[in-house]
Amino acid sequence: MTAKIEYKYDDMIHRCFRCGYCKFPNDWSTITNCPTYARFRLESYSSGGRLWLIRAWVNGEIEWSENLAKIVYSCTACKNCEEQCPISFSDDLVNMVVAARSAMVETGLLPSPVKSFLKNVHLHGNPYGLAAKKRDQWMEGTKIEPYQNQEYLYYVGDEGSYDTRAQSAAKSLGELLLKAGVSFGVLGNLETSDGNEVETLGEEGLLEELIEKNIKQFKDLGVKKIITLSPHSYNVFKNSYPKFRGEFEVFHYTQILPQLMQAGKLEGPADLNMKVTYHDPCFLGRWNKEYNAPRDLLKGIKGVELTEMGQNKKSALCCGGGSGNFYTDFLGGSEDSPARIRVREAHETGAQVLAVACPNCLTMLEDAVKVEGLEDKIAVKDISEILNGTE
Amino acid sequence: MNSAVYKALVDIVGEDYASDRAEELFTYSKDLGTAEPKWPDYVAVPKTVEELQKIVLLANEAKVAIVPMGGGMSLAGIALPLHGGIMIDMKRMDEIIEVNGTGRYAVVEAGTSQGKLFAYLKKHHPTLAHSMPDAPPAATIGGNMAIHGQGDLAHPHGFNSDMINGLEVILPTGEICRFGSCSMSPGWFTQHPLPDMAFFLGWGGATGIITKVSLRLFPCKKIREFDLLVVDNEELVPEILYEISHVGMSEDLTAFSQALPPMTDRLHHIGVNISGDTEEELEFKRRFIYDERLSSFFEQGTGGIVATSQDLEKPTVTKTSDWKKGGGFEYVGSVFPVSAYPELYRKGVEISARHDIPYTVVGRVIGAAHSMMFAWSYAFNRADPDSVRHANEALHETDDLVPGLGGTIWKPAVYGQQIVMKHMDANTLELMKKLKNMLDPNGIMNPGNWEVA
Ligand SMILES: Cc1cc2nc3c(=O)[nH]c(=O)nc-3n(C[C@H](O)[C@H](O)[C@H](O)COP(=O)(O)OP(=O)(O)OC[C@H]3O[C@@H](n4cnc5c(N)ncnc54)[C@H](O)[C@@H]3O)c2cc1C
Ligand code: SF4
Ligand code: SF4
Repeated sequence: MTAKIEYKYDDMIHRCFRCGYCKFPNDWSTITNCPTYARFRLESYSSGGRLWLIRAWVNGEIEWSENLAKIVYSCTACKNCEEQCPISFSDDLVNMVVAARSAMVETGLLPSPVKSFLKNVHLHGNPYGLAAKKRDQWMEGTKIEPYQNQEYLYYVGDEGSYDTRAQSAAKSLGELLLKAGVSFGVLGNLETSDGNEVETLGEEGLLEELIEKNIKQFKDLGVKKIITLSPHSYNVFKNSYPKFRGEFEVFHYTQILPQLMQAGKLEGPADLNMKVTYHDPCFLGRWNKEYNAPRDLLKGIKGVELTEMGQNKKSALCCGGGSGNFYTDFLGGSEDSPARIRVREAHETGAQVLAVACPNCLTMLEDAVKVEGLEDKIAVKDISEILNGTE
Repeated sequence: MNSAVYKALVDIVGEDYASDRAEELFTYSKDLGTAEPKWPDYVAVPKTVEELQKIVLLANEAKVAIVPMGGGMSLAGIALPLHGGIMIDMKRMDEIIEVNGTGRYAVVEAGTSQGKLFAYLKKHHPTLAHSMPDAPPAATIGGNMAIHGQGDLAHPHGFNSDMINGLEVILPTGEICRFGSCSMSPGWFTQHPLPDMAFFLGWGGATGIITKVSLRLFPCKKIREFDLLVVDNEELVPEILYEISHVGMSEDLTAFSQALPPMTDRLHHIGVNISGDTEEELEFKRRFIYDERLSSFFEQGTGGIVATSQDLEKPTVTKTSDWKKGGGFEYVGSVFPVSAYPELYRKGVEISARHDIPYTVVGRVIGAAHSMMFAWSYAFNRADPDSVRHANEALHETDDLVPGLGGTIWKPAVYGQQIVMKHMDANTLELMKKLKNMLDPNGIMNPGNWEVA
């Protein structure tokens, strides 16, 4: 027995019965709807197994180890478990994992990829460790302007700013907003990480630092309304910033574009004649219950035939990239990596395009399409790219 | 620990699916109930019969125990490595190999979850169903066979293990055997009429590992209805069950009583599942079930039909675990004649009161009221050792009672297994011992489970 560790959910975590409902989607068609369990198929990587391990660790029954930390940090915070668990504490399942991570941060015991993620955000304002002054390179060649009191701040986020694949989505969205005549601007090199991943990785100090910095900047610039490219940014702005008195009107872009199309300010591309399936990002879907706006947007595009994967909406399988996993990559390297399972599901629908509404999902799923050798069969596109006609 | 065994496991199943790390050993050392942890030395998660066979051969060579685990939902500490060794998690072996619609059977790998088969049939064969236990959907088909489970078609069709059209098993010495028509033809349509070799059902994995099951499927009607009758006198329950089973139109017939919520205390609820392809068919069945004889019971005692709903929500039983936000429950299951219900209920109330646990008892009719599975559930607070101890004592007291009341214990924990074997006919017991020794000469197959002294 080692010493007891202070833990916020001490009076709750024992309530997990380990019944395993959390492994399934709504219709029970597969036991692999928790992405970490899908990847490893060991009980320790299921939601219940993880909670029991966390409880054993905070009670001093088992010691911290790299393996324990990997189990705790591989959870993508996708909330499938919260959707399925029949016990009344289900709303706190992800919080219990995040609190364990906070306890690991407190004790300084972190897996090295998580350490570098957090260090990079602290030093450079992004997890990739790339220079802050290169943050605006994605917008080269566009007419997108810096934010100066326009109606909306277009917040691009870390992936859209730095990841070459996600940059294309960032650009497409910017161009769409320009075409539609939306009054907006971006922060460019002044933009810094939104804190969503830092929050779910349990680094409360860094989160506070980021939120306070961002709120101050937004307020100084007079920002009132924000459009985000990423559902991750949308989530943290909408749900965590208000706790720090950062009240902004926040929209994910899929919630803005349908009105612009209806108002005739934005035209979709010419008749596309394509079958499309849509992958719900966890931070838009399960976290914020927005299932319809992206679908409405796709249905509004001429020639798009929308088809659903077996696991959709509340039961969508996570791409495996959430909560920093797009960088820490605890779930990669196997044909059972969630992103690979997901693109196989998408391919089974017969769709030519797998539409996403998240830069994180975009990179995860596109990489998976390549590894699966499906490049000739299915293309992964952000909805902004489909609308913009980006090749 | 023997690192050569770990290396061999990695060679067989790959690095991702073998572990000798503390976290996995901890996780597989515990089950959902009150059992003391039993630590494995290794965990392996095979994907194919070939991989599993190699593990069995390795275990014989290294003289290491092997313990199959499905969903681990059996709650009685029987899916734990009582003598260490290799824990084999069966859930990657979960392919639905064939559904023969007109022959009404499905051939599945043993690690297939109940939930997966349920969803598959609902989607691809909506007119067919298997007998689904109330267990969480992660429970496996193989695990349920290994303990003679019963599901929601128990009333017309019996134990789930009576619904088998064929089996494939890996013997403790590594040979793969098939039983039924599949042993001589590609068809898995019948278990009979070949010589009976049912040494694997109900053995809790002590005689071999079930790898494939051909499961009988039954007509699944479009509309399902769950009716609830209530009476305040336990003595009426057996007769009511008898009358309803005489009509033979119900799919699942249960009787339960529970202290909570308080309005249900000491009342006896009789759950009647009926189904029909049309409203007309349902109405026809209702007319026959709720006939004059049944209403005469309600005239004698107080009671009546209290609820009808489309179907019962499945997690209801699982929620028992959250009494007082405690996260645990375990039950003693037993099989009795239906006539024993009143006495069993009263004993349940007594034992629960002694341990300050709100009583919960349930009986499920098996066959045409040939017998009844009766369970006494004891909820506990996982974070309170005293509460766990009370539940454990209540379980043992209940186990102790069963033979005296003329019943058998279902899926007994090791404590209950000892009681059963103590009361068993000596010749039968000797045969069990001979069988086990013959099949498992190295004593590696789930040792400690159904072990005859
Ligand atoms: C809330 C709740 C409700 C329940 N309701 C029911 C019910 O209505 N009906 C019912 O029958 N049960 C019920 N159960 C009990 C149990 O969950 C089920 O019987 C379940 O089907 C057991 O399957 P499993 O895969 O979880 O088995 P496990 O617990 O994993 O294993 C059971 C035993 O079989 C052995 N075993 C596992 N797989 C194999 C295999 N492939 N070959 C050989 N041996 C094997 C194990 O070593 C162990 O001894 C319930 C349990 C809970 C928690
Ligand atoms: S998290 Fe909920 S659903 Fe999952 S094992 Fe625990 S109690 Fe069951
Ligand atoms: S949040 Fe997602 S990854 Fe984490 S335990 Fe729940 S289902 Fe699994």
